[in-house]
Formats: sequence, C-alpha cells, structure tokens
Amino acid sequence: MTDRFFQAQPDKQDMRDAYCDALLAAAEQNERVLSLNCDLSGSLGTGRFCAQFPERSFNLGIMEANACSMAAGLSVTGYVPFVHSFAVFSSRRMADQIFLSCAYAGLNVKIIGGDAGVSAAVNGGTHMAFEDLGVLRSIVGLRLFEPTDNVMVKALIPQLATQYGVDYIRMPRRSVVKIYDEGERFTPGEAKLLREGSDVTIIASGVLVSEALLAANALAETGIEARVLDCFTIQPLDTKCVVESARTTGCVVTAENHNIIGGLGSAVAEALGEFAPVPMERVGVKNAFGEVGSQNYLMDRFNLRAKDICGAARRVIARKNER
Amino acid sequence: MTQIDVKTRLSADIRISTIRALERAGFGHIGGSMSIADVLAVLYGGEMRVRPQEPDWPERDYLVLSKGHCGPALYAALALKGYFPMDWLDTVNQPGTRLPSHCDRLKTPGIDMTTGSLGQGISAAAGIALGLRLQGKDSRVFCILGDGELQEGQVWEAAAAAEHRKLNRLIAFVDENKRQLDGYVADICGGDPVEKFRAFGWNALRVCGWDLAAISREIHVASEQSNAPSVIVLETIKGIGCSFAERELANHYMVISKQMADEAVAEIERRLLAGVYPAGEGA
Repeated sequence: MTDRFFQAQPDKQDMRDAYCDALLAAAEQNERVLSLNCDLSGSLGTGRFCAQFPERSFNLGIMEANACSMAAGLSVTGYVPFVHSFAVFSSRRMADQIFLSCAYAGLNVKIIGGDAGVSAAVNGGTHMAFEDLGVLRSIVGLRLFEPTDNVMVKALIPQLATQYGVDYIRMPRRSVVKIYDEGERFTPGEAKLLREGSDVTIIASGVLVSEALLAANALAETGIEARVLDCFTIQPLDTKCVVESARTTGCVVTAENHNIIGGLGSAVAEALGEFAPVPMERVGVKNAFGEVGSQNYLMDRFNLRAKDICGAARRVIARKNER
Repeated sequence: MTQIDVKTRLSADIRISTIRALERAGFGHIGGSMSIADVLAVLYGGEMRVRPQEPDWPERDYLVLSKGHCGPALYAALALKGYFPMDWLDTVNQPGTRLPSHCDRLKTPGIDMTTGSLGQGISAAAGIALGLRLQGKDSRVFCILGDGELQEGQVWEAAAAAEHRKLNRLIAFVDENKRQLDGYVADICGGDPVEKFRAFGWNALRVCGWDLAAISREIHVASEQSNAPSVIVLETIKGIGCSFAERELANHYMVISKQMADEAVAEIERRLLAGVYPAGEGA
C-alpha cells in the first residue's frame, strides 16, 4: 500500500523505456523471447531491444495483421513473440488474427498496445484507443493487462513471458505517475489493494490509478474513507477481490482511461450485477471518440480527474445510504 | 489394364475417403477438397519429411492448409498415412469430433496450424518458416492457398514479408480451381496468381494441378531455391474427380447423399481403370 496521503510524482523514465528494460530482462531470462515491430519501434521504445538482440528483433513493416499471424507461426516453433503497435492497431487491426491465429489456435503470443486512450494525445481521435479492451475482452482465454507504472511494467513483463497464453498489454509511452516502490511484487489476475477504506471502493486502472489515490485524499478530508484497488488485470477480472470490496464498502466507483463500455467498468459491473449488486458508477470516457490535445487537456475534457471520481463516489455513497 | 502407381492410388483414396466422410456428415466443402487431393497425395505420398507416428517430430516439414475449409481432404490424407485411425473419418463435422470443418491444431494429430479465416495461414506459415530458420533447421513449410483466398489483403502482406526475409523454405501452392463460393473468381475479383506472386519477388509458375509428376518436380525445384519463397500454382477444376461435384457449378459446399457418394466412388474406380483419372474423358 502507498502512503496514506498520496502525492502524484511522475517517474523520471518514460514508460516505453521501462517497458524496453522489461523486455530486455525477459529476453535475457528466455532465449525464445522475440520482438516484432510494425514500423513503430521508435514510438514504442523497442529500438534498444533491436540494438542488443538484432537477431531476435523483426521490423515487419506496416502490416499488423500479418505480424500477428506470423507471431502465431513463430509460437508454433516454440518462440515467445511480443508484437508491438499502437493500441488502436493492436486491437482493431489484429482482432481476427488475435482470435484465430493466436487464441483459438492455442498459441503463445504477447500483444502490446501502445498509446492507450488519452495518452495518444496529439495523434488525436484516429489513434486514441478507447475501445481496445472492448474489442478484445470477449475473446476466450485472452488476458488483458494495463500496467500502472514503471515498477509494475518491469515486474510484469518478464512474468508474462514465462506464462503460456495470449496476452494483450496496453500502456502509455510517456512518463506516468509513480505508484509503487521498487521491489513491489505483482501477481497477474490479482488486483492490488492500495488504500484501505470502508465507505466506498474505487477500482481503477492505468493512469486513473493516481487520480483515484488523489480522489481518496480529497475524500478523506471530508471524512470519507475510500478503499482503492489497482485493477491492472482487466481480464480475467479479480472477481473475488472486487466482490469482497463491494460487500465491505457497499458501493463502487470504477475509473479507467477507456470507454465505459467494454472495459474495466463493464467487467466490474458484470461481476457486481451477478454477485454483489451495490450502487456503482463508472468514471471513464462516456461513449465518445477521442480528439487532439495534450493528455492533461484530454483528461479534463473526458472527465477523468480525481474530482470526477470524488463526485461519483459521493453519489454512490448517497445511493447506498438511501437504501 | 492400366498400371496404377502408388501416389495416384493415394490421391484416389484421399478423394474416396473425403467423399465418404462428407457423405456421412451429409454435407461439406466438396469442391475445394477434391481439387487439392492430388497435391496432398504428392506431399504425403513421400514428398514431405514427416513421421505419422510422431506428428510433432521437431525435424519435420510443416503444412499449413490456409484454405482451412478443405480440412476433410487433409484429414483423409492424414488418416490414410496413419496419423490416426481411419474410423475417425466417420466423425467429420459431427458433434464432439476431432476432425472439425476447418483445421484445428489442438484437435487433430498432424495439423500444424489452425486456419479458417482466409489469408491468415500464409502469414502463419511465414512465421513458422522464420522460426525454423532461427533454429537452423532446413525443414520446409508448405502452405496451400485457394485462388479466391488471394483476394484477402493479408495474403499480400505475407507475400511481401516472406520475400523481404527471403524465406526460401516456404513453398506455397495456389489451388487455382477458378471458383469461389459465389461464382467464378474472374468475375468477382481475379487476376493471374503467377504474375502477382512474381511481382512480389517470388519464384512462381503454373502446373497442371493433377499432374503428380509435375507437382513433385516443381517441389524439388522450389526446394533448391536460395533467395526467395516459391509458389506453385496448381491449375485445377473445382470438384475434379467427384462426378456429382463436377456436374454442379455451385459445388463449394454441397449436400451429399449415399447414392451420390456411391456413384462418385464407382466413377473414380472406373476412371482409374480406364486411365482417365481423375478428370474423366471430357477433360
């Protein structure tokens, strides 16, 4: 758990560089790890991998569908390919290949979706994936991750490289707020409890985790104690933790850098609807396309801020108290 | 009486076993299964380096049937070669089967890659070829595409990628049977596959798709190539060798009765004896 009064400090290292460190570590542990790129190695930070392991790095060009199915073929021969593109292309352009060549075929492929959600910033709406998790979440057996900070990405990627299966990992490329101390351990599929609280549960992912912690600070000043979960595994959802938290606090707010349809909010709503129907609200993009702007502008524009989480928290607490 | 060589007999047995399997299912992708029976007979009749008793043998040659809907013909070839018991063919497309409509590497011994969404198999085959090269193996990767399948853009992504990486152990076939589900390829979106693949830097040529010696010869030529992948375009007839399918223009997927199957099997045996197998006197 983090400090009781969280202060948002950006990491000095860009997340893509932390990711490349993680991929290099995975490659050093396992000689079967390969890096496949679709002309975005500059944007996604895999250039150092290519420099260190030129024989295990392949820039396949601007052909994401082919890259994904070739990755499946490499997996047939025992390799562990990591395929890199922006989240928009890694989901929308590769969807059928992820389904058939990878998941249905029972192979071992890791798909990286860079520039997730508002982190696409000035690339604008065409490049702003608010739907990637929704596109992929109903594919059987797929595991979906959103690493929260550099410590997590460095811990998570080498683990995923050793676990057979098809994983999709979405993340920003630039610096993100540091949440975890060095050495923190993460188990895929298990949410991290960041803050204890009994009045409301905030379940967040990605860049909304730091907003959730800031929201918890603000709520505490008004006497509201929020439990905060970092739900970095969107699928399979940590249903046990989500349901127990909902039962403990009696109401839930989700917060995500994604459309509220199809992502973390939907996954949590499904779990709560079945096992612990409590008042809930989803903070996220309200079924809108992205647009051009800085990440800061876009977080304001799409109401992804701590104040938005606080508002939602107060409303679900009021609904709980009306019962 | 005509002397029937082993590969010709294998191709006839692949046709007969496929027709019987689809007859028991009641329906199936007969047209495109018939037109690949001959290349399958060449591949499994000795051309491919495989061990039927050890389907995952690491030193084997691979086959990706990118036109995955013609799985039944491949299942017949695999069963005839001893990958699994012949009576499995009675279960094609039946609930719970290990021989589903489209190829599934998790269900069937000897199936190297799951296919069924057209265009993906050739990319997967390129990936397998790249992986084998990284491991220093000389195994070949064969891939069978349909001519209608060439309409999928992913085929040409794979063609460009395979040529760029000089995947010379990748040997593709195009089953040029000239028809797709809705009609003639030329009417829907055609073009010469040989010219297209040559434009993409591949070694490409066309042979008669039921000339077993010619197919075998071109596989040997392709296997000696060092600079580029190769494609052998098989000029075929959709439904060839299966009398009821030959009579039907729309033979991509047909309902098949026992009477139809009996007649077709008898006709195959007659053509073999008459020396006009597989195409018949009219071809």
